[in-house]
Amino acid sequence: MMFDLIALTLIQKALLAATLLGVMCGVLGTFVVVRRISLVGDAVSHSILPGIVLGFVVSSALGMNRNPWVIFTFATLVGLLSMLTVRQILATTRLKNDAALGIVLSGFFGIGLFLKRSLRPYMESAGGLNDFLFGNLATIAEADLKAIFIVAILIVITVSLLLRPFILISFDVLFAKTLGYPVKLLNLVFYSLLTVTIVVSVQAVGVVLVSAMLIIPASSAFLLTDRKYHMMWIAMGFGAFSGLGGCLIANSFDDVNVPNGATMTLTAAGIFLISYFYAPNHGILAKWSKQRKLERVVRNENALKQLYKSLGDDAALEKSVTLSEFASMNRFSEKEALSRLQSLVKHEYLTVSGKLYKLTSSGLTRAMQLVRNHRLWELYLTNQADYPSDHVHDDAELIEHVLDEATVKQIEAELGFPSEDPHGQPIPKPQPSREHA
Amino acid sequence: MSFIEYVLTRPFAGSDNGLWYLLMAFSVALPCSLLGCFLLLRRMALIGDAISHSVLPGIVFAFLLVKDLSSPWLLIGAALSGLFVTVLIELIHTKTRVKQDAAIGISFTTLFALGVLMVSVFVGKQTDLDIDCVISGEMTHIIYYDSVSLFGKEVPEPLLISYGVTALTLIFLLIFFRVLTLSSFDAGLMASFGVNPKVVHYLLMAVLSLVVVTSFQAVGAILVIALLIIPAASAYLCTHRLKVMLLLAAAHAALSSIAAMYIYVSFNCSISSAMVVAGLGLFCLAWLFGPVDGLIWKWKRRYLLAETYDLADRDG
Repeated sequence: MMFDLIALTLIQKALLAATLLGVMCGVLGTFVVVRRISLVGDAVSHSILPGIVLGFVVSSALGMNRNPWVIFTFATLVGLLSMLTVRQILATTRLKNDAALGIVLSGFFGIGLFLKRSLRPYMESAGGLNDFLFGNLATIAEADLKAIFIVAILIVITVSLLLRPFILISFDVLFAKTLGYPVKLLNLVFYSLLTVTIVVSVQAVGVVLVSAMLIIPASSAFLLTDRKYHMMWIAMGFGAFSGLGGCLIANSFDDVNVPNGATMTLTAAGIFLISYFYAPNHGILAKWSKQRKLERVVRNENALKQLYKSLGDDAALEKSVTLSEFASMNRFSEKEALSRLQSLVKHEYLTVSGKLYKLTSSGLTRAMQLVRNHRLWELYLTNQADYPSDHVHDDAELIEHVLDEATVKQIEAELGFPSEDPHGQPIPKPQPSREHA
Repeated sequence: MSFIEYVLTRPFAGSDNGLWYLLMAFSVALPCSLLGCFLLLRRMALIGDAISHSVLPGIVFAFLLVKDLSSPWLLIGAALSGLFVTVLIELIHTKTRVKQDAAIGISFTTLFALGVLMVSVFVGKQTDLDIDCVISGEMTHIIYYDSVSLFGKEVPEPLLISYGVTALTLIFLLIFFRVLTLSSFDAGLMASFGVNPKVVHYLLMAVLSLVVVTSFQAVGAILVIALLIIPAASAYLCTHRLKVMLLLAAAHAALSSIAAMYIYVSFNCSISSAMVVAGLGLFCLAWLFGPVDGLIWKWKRRYLLAETYDLADRDG
């Protein structure tokens, strides 16, 4: 190998393996998450149990006790067989994806447990077979570490060579086909990589938690960015961090043997929890504040519109209102009216002098825009979408705040620059300065 | 002893235990197979997977509180954490852009990891909360529990609990059959009748958690998925009618329980894995010969079609 692995202590080996696993699972997990095949990883990891048992039996028969390479080979073959079975069930029956995965996952696992007990006499020792369930980095064998190294290198080389086609088949299979990519072959390569990754990871983190390492770092990255290359780098980083961090946490328990897989998963889950709340665009808090902001805008603009309408469409700039007038026209309490007026002043839609509030020219423009958007949209729905004219108000009430000028121009053009809405009310033309001129 | 007699009594010779195992296997398989039909139709087969993995932290947490492995609080804790994972899945995939499959994967692996950590840190080796048992289950342990005298026989307590849950499930399905059917096929229509699909969803999840938890000890976290999905899938390949599907799934549960006893005594494997192997065998039969989806009929149809074209080509 590249450097002398034997020289490393057990803990160093475990840390190295965990970090490498995190990176590998992060890279492949990116594709797994965007292809929406997250549970395929789970199915494969459970399904390889019969392969592992057969590997134990065959290596005993060949006179070697627990030869890792024989076990890896059988596990990979059975893993591929399980995916083939899923494909066949989907191709020849009405069963859906979830059912096919569930049947293969639990069925293969059941066969594995069946073989594990009934073939026990043919195995020299079953030591290490239980590690399959929860993984054991602490006693990781030389060959396991080598296998992880080889698979990691394999993944880095294959993915960097085939990055573009891999991303294409993940997002748009039809487009990839039109470009002439051999989609079937690429899928075979991808699923084979996935299987060998799972096979080498299972020894380290166990059957259930390998899917955690595939899914969780990539999902956190998915919340943080919209760009696929970035997502892959972030997922790799999170994977490595979860591997390393989880391993260190597990080692920090002195007197109890804590499975590394569990602490690695929980570290990854911690990162996911943070991105779930704080991711800049797709996090819960960001979405929540965006929504609150929009609600505020809608409330303010509705008040502005009401003010404009009550002042009379013409010469709105010259008139003014008091707080109590504003409150009664909107059916607001005085307190609510005051806060609404203050926020309109803050947005420079109104000016205040003493107790009198006056529209500014930008306030007038915005109010006219809103009324125009509303009436245009009503007309658009009645004329172009065949809505009855008494069913269009609510829809227009919502969209008036978000229509942009370009869309408005397009609608106006399509409707032939109308001057009246379906209820016979005039459609105002904002930018009053031009009108005055 | 005649051959037939030998075959019939083989798993039960010697003691009552064989009979208890068979009854236990059936009482676990039956409610699973019936609920599995609805899961399959709602395309939620993998939710069962998620629930069965997630009950672990609930069991450990309840155990830490009551310090008693046979306490009913363990069942309640487990059922609650099973329900919790379904809420978690909804929270992730409805509130963010993360898709449902990833949400399932994130939720149950995290809860499972939490459970494994709690077992290794707090519970340790001093009790028989054995993590291997959690994965694969051990049905033969039921005879080590207290027994209750019933009709002059000493019946193991877990068996009675399991039949209690089976009865509850049957009652639930009888009462809510129409609601469940309708909401599985057309949630929108359901909502227009004034029944909130979310309520139906969580009700089903609650019953599912209860069933999964009671099966847990007998068959373990992973094989319970097989008991949920494989009977339903086999039945689905044989019919288009829901009532027939439920009957067939129940028949699958009964047949695979009986067959499992023979596999168990012949191969010295665990009963739960024998049930899965038997169930998988029946699934393969349905896949080949199922009246609706059977491969044999498809091949035959293709062969006949090809022959017709051949004749037409020769004539034309």
